[in-house]
Amino acid sequence: MKKSVFLGALTIAGLAATASVASTLDDVKARGKLNCGVSTGLVGFAAPDANGRWNGFDVAVCRAVAAAVLGDSDAVNFVPTTGKTRFTALASGEVDMLARNTTWTFTRDVDLKFEFVGVNYYDGQGFMVPKSLGVSSAKELDGATVCIQTGTTTELNLADYFRSNNMSYEPVPIETNAEAQQQFLAGACDTLTTDASGLAATRAAFENPDDFVVLPEIISKEPLGPLVRHGDNQWGDIVRWVLNGLISAEELGITSANVDELAKGTNNPEINRMLGTEGNLGEMLGLDKEWLIRAIKVAGNYGEIFEANIGEKTPLGLSRGLNAQWTEGGLIYSPPFR
Amino acid sequence: MTTMTDPPRESFRLSMLLYDSRYRSMTIQIIVLMGFMLGAAWLINNAVQNLAEAGKTFSFRFMSEPSGYDINQRLIDYSSRSTHARAAVVGILNTLLVALMGCIAATVLGVILGILRLSKNWMVSRLAAVYVEAMRNVPVLLWIVLTMAIMVEFMPAPREFRGEEPEARMYLFDSVAITNRGVYIPEPKFANGLGDIPVAISLRSEGCESYLEGGELADSCGLFQISLDLWLIIAVLLAGIFTAKLNVKRANRIQAATGERPNTLWVNLAVIILPTLAVLWYLGFYLDKPELKGFNFRGGIHMRNSLIALWLALSLYTAAFIAEIVRAGILAIPKGQSEAAAALGLRQGKIMRLVILPQAWRVIFPPLISQFLNLTKNSSLAIAVGYMDVTGTLGGITLNQTGREMETVLLLMLVYLVISLSISSVMNAYNRRNALKER
Repeated sequence: MKKSVFLGALTIAGLAATASVASTLDDVKARGKLNCGVSTGLVGFAAPDANGRWNGFDVAVCRAVAAAVLGDSDAVNFVPTTGKTRFTALASGEVDMLARNTTWTFTRDVDLKFEFVGVNYYDGQGFMVPKSLGVSSAKELDGATVCIQTGTTTELNLADYFRSNNMSYEPVPIETNAEAQQQFLAGACDTLTTDASGLAATRAAFENPDDFVVLPEIISKEPLGPLVRHGDNQWGDIVRWVLNGLISAEELGITSANVDELAKGTNNPEINRMLGTEGNLGEMLGLDKEWLIRAIKVAGNYGEIFEANIGEKTPLGLSRGLNAQWTEGGLIYSPPFR
Repeated sequence: MTTMTDPPRESFRLSMLLYDSRYRSMTIQIIVLMGFMLGAAWLINNAVQNLAEAGKTFSFRFMSEPSGYDINQRLIDYSSRSTHARAAVVGILNTLLVALMGCIAATVLGVILGILRLSKNWMVSRLAAVYVEAMRNVPVLLWIVLTMAIMVEFMPAPREFRGEEPEARMYLFDSVAITNRGVYIPEPKFANGLGDIPVAISLRSEGCESYLEGGELADSCGLFQISLDLWLIIAVLLAGIFTAKLNVKRANRIQAATGERPNTLWVNLAVIILPTLAVLWYLGFYLDKPELKGFNFRGGIHMRNSLIALWLALSLYTAAFIAEIVRAGILAIPKGQSEAAAALGLRQGKIMRLVILPQAWRVIFPPLISQFLNLTKNSSLAIAVGYMDVTGTLGGITLNQTGREMETVLLLMLVYLVISLSISSVMNAYNRRNALKER
């Protein structure tokens, strides 16, 4: 009797070990919810509002994917992850995708076995200091105490930057953005460093944002984008083309306001292909014809999402800069829908 | 004459493994062992299979690659060009540092509190009881975070020390600065010191070339470097203590022979202190005071607030447990002992010091070991305040930057295992030596 129970347990465990091979798309559909890893709270990019509803630039990507796959932009479990836990969460299958200010690097792509599906924000690392410190350039920071979020590329850039400029510094490693903010405001560090967009978001949340200034030096390239696990190409394609769809929609003038109108058919074959009135791009992805219409309807195209969350009219006040469409001198560029 | 007949030789049958009580227990043990090994094999196989499926290989090669990150508190030379392995060593030393400081502080505080809890003074014993209950019934993580928050929020920032009328002042003749970045204390230095010697030189490392050719010693030479000054002082101090012991022996001899004991105190103090002072003078000893330069204080020893928060919280927390152990140890000594001592005319303080504590110590010591182990393991909560212990370097940043969870966590477990086993074996050896020998 005992033996049979033991063997039975072994068999069940063996089955459980092999059951995780099913495709992510099937898993998400069966679950009816998309598990999306976001940051633990960065105003403008991913933060819950007063009603507990997640909002932001990165959150919009999650919602667009959920709308395309499940038809409901609210069918998302937002999983807050720190710089340290994000990759483990994705690799272990706890989340289906990560939309969380994550820099696309060689080792993360190749060695950690992730698939960056594109770039939704071209960023670079900067420094923020209190105005009262009287510092106007990062080159004057020799000997400063620097708050950094541990487990990020900024930690490595910082070491390289100070080393190559023959300057010394005192790193204060910090787990989350909220703690970094607290230590910085208390004066436990002279300067806070992270991606320039993150600095703008942090500064916007301060009581007196005008007492702080972001230094002009950008010391690294930080292409931020959503990512998925290696190996499930179908799922990777879905996330990639939802993102590309939002970008192309801005380029072609499809907005949340006119998408229903355009979905009835237009003279532009590319718009028709995107919105499913021509061809069967949706089916190729394993989705239906209206996938991109739903994704665009959630919060509009890339430009609309940018303006609503982090653009010049928001407290963050980020200009498009590098993140303008390629047609307007920026780097945002989607491959054609064909 | 009797004939011996052999008892009938039973032939061994397979069913005896189950029904014969001589074999049954062995059968059960073997089956359990096989089951356990099967379980372990399945777990390992599962891990290997899943790693292979995720396309990850199991290798420790990343440990010899440059780490790329900086560590603020380092007891040996380290830069962002050093290897991950060296970063791990820096972390291990930081763990050991806070564990050692914590164990000493917790023991001192715990013994005092334990005695105070037994005080006949109602007020004192109640206060000690409140302390013990408050400390040990709140998770240590909260104490660590609270101490850190107090350090960061309520201590002055370095820039408040600036100016004609500074808002904050330094203490002890301008030699100690308490800031929200930590405490700066003077550092003992030597004007004409003997220098350092590197240990475990690797001929391949760049730092050593000029040193081996008779030139200056670079910081990056050798696995670590030992200060000759420190060794000289320790040697002189030990020699002084040894001489003092000889002096005490001589006094004992004279007392045994004549009944009169010569005064040993002044001679002993002289042989211990005077040579040490002479050596300090010869080496040009001075204290390097911290000074506000640029963004921070420079010079002196910087005890970062992460270290202080972790150290204070761990010691205060563990002291509560040690206080209870000490109290139990003292109560374990029969009342007759203190009554007998009192009957001999000893005062309260002397009874405690000379009669009770030496006996109680034997009861206190074994549970004390496990408190030391707890404190050492609790030091891994350092990550909450950003103290760069081995969990922060190897299990934190290295894990993150290389993505080798399996390897780093296994290494980390090995490190803690070795530290804990070393502490407990040393402590157990000491305990065996001091335990009551019963024959």
